[in-house]
Amino acid sequence: MKYIYDLHRIMLRQNLILVYEGEFTQEITKSVLAMAERNMDAFGEEASIKRKVFNVMVECLQNICKHAESYDTESYGKNSAIFMIGKHNNEYIITSGNAVPKDRVKDLSARLAHINSLDKEGLKELYKEIIKNGELSAKGGAGLGFIDMARKSGQKLRYDFEPINDALSFFSLRTTISRTNS
Amino acid sequence: MEIINLEGTEDTPKIILDKDKALFEISGRSLPEDAAEFYAPILEWLDKYKTAPNVETNFSFKLEYFNTASSKLILDILSKLDNISGARVTWYYHEDDEDMEEAGEEFSELVENLPFEFKSY
Repeated sequence: MKYIYDLHRIMLRQNLILVYEGEFTQEITKSVLAMAERNMDAFGEEASIKRKVFNVMVECLQNICKHAESYDTESYGKNSAIFMIGKHNNEYIITSGNAVPKDRVKDLSARLAHINSLDKEGLKELYKEIIKNGELSAKGGAGLGFIDMARKSGQKLRYDFEPINDALSFFSLRTTISRTNS
Repeated sequence: MEIINLEGTEDTPKIILDKDKALFEISGRSLPEDAAEFYAPILEWLDKYKTAPNVETNFSFKLEYFNTASSKLILDILSKLDNISGARVTWYYHEDDEDMEEAGEEFSELVENLPFEFKSY
């Protein structure tokens, strides 16, 4: 049973205030949001920072709901993914990890690299271009989630892909929200 | 004309569209899983309204938060209002919510004629 203590210590060491692992649905998204909000309210987080964290969380969680791929093995369940929030003295770190098909990795990397290459004005222009000319995808996404996360964060998005098997890669994404007012 | 009166929930906004009382308002939080499905009746209503609008249509947005899928649908609503003569928008934002103020400004830049008024609360 030592893994419980280990997990507990990892969570403390990483300042994780919330970790959710499992299936992601809109109902679960709402619960996770409510928990994080209560948590931030409990220590009187500033409204403007709370809103940014909430914003990034919504985009991140709804991305997972729409795009996380189910593992083939039954034991992994349906679109199993992980979502975490870390609270540090100067920043919140919102992290997610989920499986994506291998053939999507190139496109995802290119999109994230492009977003990271843009400054504030560039992100605003890209946002306006996509909202004006883009169509909602079959899954109901506007193609704006990463851009919005980058804009609300004001910092670069960090991401990584780890191979799972021949068909899937594990996509990790990390967004930082500063707690010191800009 | 039919009245749309939706109570807000934790992930959908409160919406009132009432031609006779000249009430046009969307407020609260908008993060539905399927934004297109949620806003479809609103867009249909505006299409009907457009055929015989009031002389003035002052449409209020008082949103606390909206997700990116909703932002696309909000632009669809604004684009419809853009083609209704006498329509204007009042965009409310919380006084310390610069992101919401900026979002309203960006929407105003994405439509042709629709006048925007910004009010903090």
